[in-house]
Amino acid sequence: MSWADDRRRIRAIAWKDITTERRSKAGFNSVVAFAVTSLVLFGFALGPEARALREAAAGTLWIALLFAGVLAFNRSFHVELEGGALDPLLIYPGRRWTIFAGKLLANLAFVGTILAIVVLVSLTLYQVPVPKAWPSVLLVLVLGTVGLVTLGTFYAAMATRTRAREVLLPLLLFPMLVPVLLAAVSASKALLTGDVMHESGAWIRFLLGYDVVFLTATLLVFEKIIEA
Amino acid sequence: MSPESIPAIEARGLARRFGARWCLRGVSFSVSAGEVVGLTGSNGSGKTTLLRMLSTLLAPSAGSGRVLGHDIVSDADAVRQNIGFLAHTAGLYEDLTAAENLRFAASMYGIKDAGIPEVLKLVGLGTVGDSRVRGFSAGMQRRLALARLVLARPRVLLLDEPYANLDTAGIAMMNEVIRGARDRGGAALLVLHELAPAEGVLNRLETIVAGRIGSPAGVTAGLGEPVGAAT
Repeated sequence: MSWADDRRRIRAIAWKDITTERRSKAGFNSVVAFAVTSLVLFGFALGPEARALREAAAGTLWIALLFAGVLAFNRSFHVELEGGALDPLLIYPGRRWTIFAGKLLANLAFVGTILAIVVLVSLTLYQVPVPKAWPSVLLVLVLGTVGLVTLGTFYAAMATRTRAREVLLPLLLFPMLVPVLLAAVSASKALLTGDVMHESGAWIRFLLGYDVVFLTATLLVFEKIIEA
Repeated sequence: MSPESIPAIEARGLARRFGARWCLRGVSFSVSAGEVVGLTGSNGSGKTTLLRMLSTLLAPSAGSGRVLGHDIVSDADAVRQNIGFLAHTAGLYEDLTAAENLRFAASMYGIKDAGIPEVLKLVGLGTVGDSRVRGFSAGMQRRLALARLVLARPRVLLLDEPYANLDTAGIAMMNEVIRGARDRGGAALLVLHELAPAEGVLNRLETIVAGRIGSPAGVTAGLGEPVGAAT
């Protein structure tokens, strides 16, 4: 098996997942509706004060994305179980990590689209002005999303064959995501409020390290967990 | 050992346990190249489990298995390159069209010029290639799964109830695919509940009784009457 074969398999899986999701629509629409509703409810809970809303914006954005992401991750392997497609997928020749990589790419596209919508709604709803350091904010959003999606896709695969996978996934995932959530919220909040303490750099480096470590680890052990 | 003398499928004491329950208790048998073997047995006897182990989907709890000389555990990818597996369910993506399902399979197999319209026509789905699988009947889905096997042209077929939901024409197509694998020097192992559709392709019949290969076929097949393996 060559790298060209691996790339072809990754592309095929990502294309298949994105096309399936695009066609079914129900999944995407409900996840977006859930994320936006969460933001609105957080807004009501925080009250009408503009300053309080702005300060809470980073936290609510990431929490809404986390909840919406869990729904998306569950769906990404559910599509394989629906028609018994997981067996053929596992029997195709080739390296198993390519299945994970393909699903990871599809989930990144899916959650990335949700993220774009959630950010726009947050900016509007919580009256957050676009910060000067928007490229850094964008970097935090990308790194945080990669961390979230990497572990989400991995644990969704792990929970696929269990009966209570909808419940099991958040139970497994949330504790592992505490560091990435903490770093992403802290970095976003610092950047949105001017980064007077110059703390965003450290959080961004932490996010980068987290992503590299978990991306490598999940690619390496995926074969073991999908065969279990 | 020359390639011709290597059994296409070989099981040595294959066993599988689910929790405390042994589903298969040490199955040993072999299928030679050019042979089509039927596997019968009552519900829960372990037929599907055996097929899933041979197709690398399930790791054995004990024993070993080989497909064309490749170990099903240590050389699983080589096994996967040579087998075509069909489970109870068709294993299709319902929101993709028939042609897209095949295109995906072709990409995964690394087949560049798959001739998908021709394959669809061959299995009688030529006019519905652009329709989503969600609207297909069970028989049409089975035909599409059959098309996936045609596309891959595997040397060894591991088929679980291959005739389920197929009409007479579909059964004939399935038998043609099985004969094709046999004629290419491969082999096929078919899990069967009804033997009639496989008449004309079966060389031999094995029976699983309580997790073991049972008495010679036709004596304890448990299907009501002795089985005459057609050749």
